[in-house]
Amino acid sequence: MSFLKWNGIDPVKEFIGFENWFELLKDNIFRRALGNNFIIVILSIAIQLPIGMALAVLLDSGGRKLNLFKTVYFFPMLMSSVAVGILFKYVYDPQFGIVTAFLNAVGLKRLVLNWLGEPGVALYSVIAVICWQYIPFYMIYFLAAMTSIPGELFEAAWIDGATRGQYFWQIVLPLLKGTVRTAAILSLVGSLKYFDLIYVMTEGGPVNSTELMATYMYKNAFTTFRMGYGSTVAMALFLVVMVTSILVFSITKREERG
Amino acid sequence: MKTKVTFRQVIVFILAVLWLCIAGAPFFFMVQTGFKQQSELLSGPVWALPKVPTLSNYVGVLTGKFFIFFRNSVVVVAGSVILILLVSAMSSYVFSRIKFKLNTAIFGIIIAGMAIPVHVTLIPVYLLTNKLGLYDTLLALIGPYVALNIPMSIFILTEFMRDIPRELEESARIDGCGPKGIFFRIILPLSRPGLVTLAIYNAVFLWNEFIFVLVLTQSTNNRTLPLGIWEYQGQYAANIPMIMALLTLASLPMMIAYLVGQEKLIKGMMAGAIKG
Repeated sequence: MSFLKWNGIDPVKEFIGFENWFELLKDNIFRRALGNNFIIVILSIAIQLPIGMALAVLLDSGGRKLNLFKTVYFFPMLMSSVAVGILFKYVYDPQFGIVTAFLNAVGLKRLVLNWLGEPGVALYSVIAVICWQYIPFYMIYFLAAMTSIPGELFEAAWIDGATRGQYFWQIVLPLLKGTVRTAAILSLVGSLKYFDLIYVMTEGGPVNSTELMATYMYKNAFTTFRMGYGSTVAMALFLVVMVTSILVFSITKREERG
Repeated sequence: MKTKVTFRQVIVFILAVLWLCIAGAPFFFMVQTGFKQQSELLSGPVWALPKVPTLSNYVGVLTGKFFIFFRNSVVVVAGSVILILLVSAMSSYVFSRIKFKLNTAIFGIIIAGMAIPVHVTLIPVYLLTNKLGLYDTLLALIGPYVALNIPMSIFILTEFMRDIPRELEESARIDGCGPKGIFFRIILPLSRPGLVTLAIYNAVFLWNEFIFVLVLTQSTNNRTLPLGIWEYQGQYAANIPMIMALLTLASLPMMIAYLVGQEKLIKGMMAGAIKG
């Protein structure tokens, strides 16, 4: 399919060899999309994992008293990405959104921006939403791993005079190394495939500033009906995901051995 | 009971409340705006609770096409989940028990399916659906949904069934139970925890699925809830309270499911992640 020039409807399909692939290599929008995908990957891992971990520690040390908090913390995970996207379109609204209302209330009026409308800002606004939605996932994930650590370890550390901080850094974190690694891989692979949320919030705009490989593929294949080129983008997405996964897996494997 | 409140507990509590605000504020905004009149939203502060709560937005949403979307979602998700469980239970049983030459090879190919990003399959699925004449039907969705979720389901179930002791089957066979009997009377009931987890995992994922509905259906009457809210949003973009009421209603089923079966739902949602 990636070797065709075709609008998806006509019976006529024109074979054009590698032309689509050459176009892809020169395509600035695709490059932008790829870059955005990787910005999301990096920021997702850098923001979601630590906050998820911090919340897990918080809930773990709070015990049952914080169960109600845990319930509410998990709510964002339950909404569909579409609903989250639409909700945040209004949360970010420069006139009556709650972000603006909050900034006004604390006297930072001049910080009010058109969060989704400025090309330089939109991507980060979107990433904030992604974090909001997925942090609960990592929180629960880490929490599950923490509760499986036997309590005796904590007691032993306590007797040896370790502080809570020492206990966390020297006992909990090393034990959770595998869990953290898996979480990072999940976040990485997931981040390469975002579509729903971005499509609903910005459709890749303004001026392609939030374009991702998946949204670009969708637009080519189903909005401008360039099925052949859309397939090329899809293949590229597939290759990127594959290569990254294989790389990550072989690196983590080597670490395990050595 | 200790009644002394330590400094550390206070810090923990403050941090907990802080995150509660971050996680909960959008929900608070969503739910309470749904009870406002449009004019009140535009004139008053967004945080203020509605002075005269009105149900008209909720009524408006419910008298619209909400129930059509809802019904479609239920039909598609239920149909897909039942098919997924049936097919993967049967094939997992074969993969976990019967030794034949191509067992590992076929299993490997199916499992490799997990690695393919769904968006890549979008264009071929769209073309195939058109060819089959299924475009813009609910049936068009069930096929891809089943196909895309089977690899993971088989993977998890096969692992699960391997742990069921063989002795149980052997004694059943001695008692005169045929292969069918063994499968339905022994394997299926023993796999129930695994099946429940999988059902939840698939249902949650499919309930929120968006892109296939976007591509494979067209008419409002054949769209599921996520697409329904997306269309509404385009249509009533200016009527914010109405949209907030819609979002609230659309999110309710999952919230209720979560409050009823918290542990099970979390386990189900994690199942996909941990094995994948």
